[in-house]
Amino acid sequence: MHGKTAHELHSLLTNKKISALELTEAVISQIDKVESRVQAYVSINKDQAIKQAKAADERIKNNSNLTPLTGIPVAIKDNMCTKGMLTTCSSKILNNYIPPYNATIVDKIKAAGAVILGKTNMDEFAMGSSTENSGIHPTFNPWNTKTVPGGSSGGSAAAVAADEAILATGSDTGGSIRQPASFCGVVGFKPTYGRVSRYGLVAFASSLDQIGPLTKDVTDTAILMNVLAGHDPKDSTSVNLPVPDYQKALVNDVKKMKIGYIKELLGKGIDKDIKSEIQKAMKKFAELGAELIEVSLPSFEYAVATYYLIAPAEASSNLARYDGVKYGHRSKEAKDLLTMYYNTRREGFGNEVKRRIMIGTYALSAGYYDAYYLKALKVRTLIKEDFAKAFSQCDVLLSPTSPSVAFKVGEKAADPLSMYLSDIATIPVNLAGLPAISLPCGFSQGLPIGLQLVGQAFAEETVLRAAFTFEQNTDWHKQKPSL
Amino acid sequence: MSKYETVIGLEIHAQLLTESKMFCGCSTKFGNKPNTNICPVCTGQPGVLPVTNKKAIELAIKTAIALSCKIEPSSVFARKNYFYPDLPKAYQVSQYELPLATGGHIEIEVAGQKKRIGIIRVHLEEDAGKLVHQGADRIMGSDSSLVDYNRTGVPLMEIVSEPDIRSPLEAKAFMETLQHLLQFIQVCDAKMEEGSLRCDANISIRPVGDKKLGTKTEIKNMNSFRGVLKALGSEEKRHAEVKEAGGTIIQETRYFDDTTETTTGMRSKESAHDYRYFPEPDLVPVEPEGAWISEIKKTIGELPEAKKQRFETECGLSAADAELLISSPVLAAFFEQAIKLHDKPKIVANWIMGDLTAYLNENKKAIDEIDFTPAQLVEILKSIDKGTISGKIAKTVLVEVLKSGKQVKDVIAESGMTQVSDEGEIIKIIKEVLKHNPGPVAEYKKGKKATIGFLVGQVMKASKGRANPGMANKLLAKLLAES
Repeated sequence: MHGKTAHELHSLLTNKKISALELTEAVISQIDKVESRVQAYVSINKDQAIKQAKAADERIKNNSNLTPLTGIPVAIKDNMCTKGMLTTCSSKILNNYIPPYNATIVDKIKAAGAVILGKTNMDEFAMGSSTENSGIHPTFNPWNTKTVPGGSSGGSAAAVAADEAILATGSDTGGSIRQPASFCGVVGFKPTYGRVSRYGLVAFASSLDQIGPLTKDVTDTAILMNVLAGHDPKDSTSVNLPVPDYQKALVNDVKKMKIGYIKELLGKGIDKDIKSEIQKAMKKFAELGAELIEVSLPSFEYAVATYYLIAPAEASSNLARYDGVKYGHRSKEAKDLLTMYYNTRREGFGNEVKRRIMIGTYALSAGYYDAYYLKALKVRTLIKEDFAKAFSQCDVLLSPTSPSVAFKVGEKAADPLSMYLSDIATIPVNLAGLPAISLPCGFSQGLPIGLQLVGQAFAEETVLRAAFTFEQNTDWHKQKPSL
Repeated sequence: MSKYETVIGLEIHAQLLTESKMFCGCSTKFGNKPNTNICPVCTGQPGVLPVTNKKAIELAIKTAIALSCKIEPSSVFARKNYFYPDLPKAYQVSQYELPLATGGHIEIEVAGQKKRIGIIRVHLEEDAGKLVHQGADRIMGSDSSLVDYNRTGVPLMEIVSEPDIRSPLEAKAFMETLQHLLQFIQVCDAKMEEGSLRCDANISIRPVGDKKLGTKTEIKNMNSFRGVLKALGSEEKRHAEVKEAGGTIIQETRYFDDTTETTTGMRSKESAHDYRYFPEPDLVPVEPEGAWISEIKKTIGELPEAKKQRFETECGLSAADAELLISSPVLAAFFEQAIKLHDKPKIVANWIMGDLTAYLNENKKAIDEIDFTPAQLVEILKSIDKGTISGKIAKTVLVEVLKSGKQVKDVIAESGMTQVSDEGEIIKIIKEVLKHNPGPVAEYKKGKKATIGFLVGQVMKASKGRANPGMANKLLAKLLAES
């Protein structure tokens, strides 16, 4: 039963065909079976999970307060604060950090009656595209454990793909939900910036970060979105707009929908297998009655450069609080304040985090601010304008999620620039704050390929509808890795 | 000094009178046990987000209106990045490029000369925490240091003056006038000694007639009005001495030492910070609506200068008296309530500034810290008018009421201090006095008429001050003539 989706399991639970306890135990035994090869989790919470499953069974027995999440085992990315439970961001600097509070989304998931299995691995502080930058251990792709699961939400994507969780949360700053979803053959959704509260999400780049679901199909994404979305008074950047019922958006119909395929993301630098599978997906949409239009977003050329100024700049400030004073790692090798700072941060942060802190500090420095940070903000505006222009012609934009399928472990680790470029399709979407989904659309060398669909701000429903229709008319999402 | 002109600009930090902190719900109460007014937000836990305190914005707008500033339609919080253990996020949230309000002024008076000092800006920011060092009084060299985060995040308003101030005396007058204004509009209790009002100064000198500004130094740690006067006095002298000796002033931050009454420079390396300001991505711009600003305007009431004018013209008080009364908003309010009940402003003012103020000074209390109402004062004054008590007795009654907190009429009744206006009784007392003072009586009869003053005094003394003085005079003269 661990292979099923949340909506399938929900009817089994409410029809008393299975109990939440049985379900949680089944998922735990799957974890026991495959975790040594996948390493999706940073910490697993078996005892608490069993307790929560029993509580869910009570709710089901009394038929009180039932939600589609009641009794469903969920994995939480380790950059979302869980009260009384380690939250490390896969960093040595927070390896002993137990938050005194829950992230808003954790409160929501708990209130819905879900079972929290544990915290999933990630690139340290969500900086990376392979989960190799985890300061704890790497995670491996369930489809081929010699390859990476993508990142930074690699643990969550791998856990869902390997049936080590039914649902998982991820965070997406430059593609960190969609790219691992693509690599692991699951559905990953980044909502519009401001749609989901960031309160309790350990910040990487505040103006780009957004929490979203990683699931086995589009319906589960809609179900988890119904729980995650909504205004939070604790997050000033969360938007106070009514939240629709995303499950109602799941209509198997794209007739007359205008789908723009992004010219720049079907050209040079895109793997040819991927290009051909994406073209097949376009054909599929056309068969289903959608109108396909070519659109051009010329500013995309500058998106990666822009991102690698804005995100590190914000990160350099966001990560300054890890100084050994209040919590987390503190160097034992220090005699005074300054060496305590130096040593703590030298020992606690990994190379990629240090690299980005240095880039960001440089970009914000006096004399460089205008040339780098300010200019990046201007390009960001141009990218937003390009999207607006594209959306004047179509409802949804289509592209591959990643220019390649999962690469080999270690293949790009020594070449950060080629790693950065693998986020070319996802990064512009974060810069514009738009909603986007990645869903399975084919395979290359036995590894999944992801299709990205992007919508206008707060038009999550349109994206979900297009994705749902594609999924209903294909069976890529039913493929399972053999572990 | 006549050869040089001094140029001073002030930066004032005023702690706003809000119940809760700038970006979280913690109490701003002073003097609680260390680290009791804290939460995940103000201790900079990973993942927390700030939410702006609306009351703080309201109070800053109120101040800006009182300073005739322009309220900016959109102002932006920024991050000021630097490492220090009292700054848990390693950045201070403060308005930088786009402040809340700009371009106001304040009127000061020095030696009868009125002068307008420009205000460049008013903006909001958060306070840092407090360090307690063990084994030394600085973090360098101490065995250990403890941090108290109670003050972290307390709302501060920064007011920056134009360099319009031309002498330490003007600087002191500016601070006094501003203190006064802030207290009057009830946005800050503005006590320099307690740190709720702080000030840094930029000072330079230039040859009289020069337009170009000289090199400035920044003076910190002036913790009283006297400190402002002494620090700037010593610094302007130092500048002149350096110039006279052919030296040059180095731009630097200097600390004022209260005991030596001089300033000492810090190493300029320490002051050469690059704060890497950038817009705080976790907050949205402050965009106060016109209607709200109008509402705030209504809460301001009459400003001190206008009130002073009115006290002079409408109440007939001298400029000095009016000045004294408006020196404290509560004192002015007390006066205004009292004259509503008793339309003799001069007498009321004399009592407030005389006996009442003497009692307050003696007991180191403010008028709102004691249980005494304008109605009680008026009751005493009316008793004099009615002849129930003499003016002299009234002074005793006032002190007794202040000390005991009893009702005025009870104090008068209980102490038997009502005035004796019964002719027979006064005659009885006079006869006793004449009997016991044969000497003065004889002198009087010899023609030394002034002796009657002494005898009246004896009558008053014998009656314990209760004899109606007018009657005592008249009757004594009569009896002396008769005897």
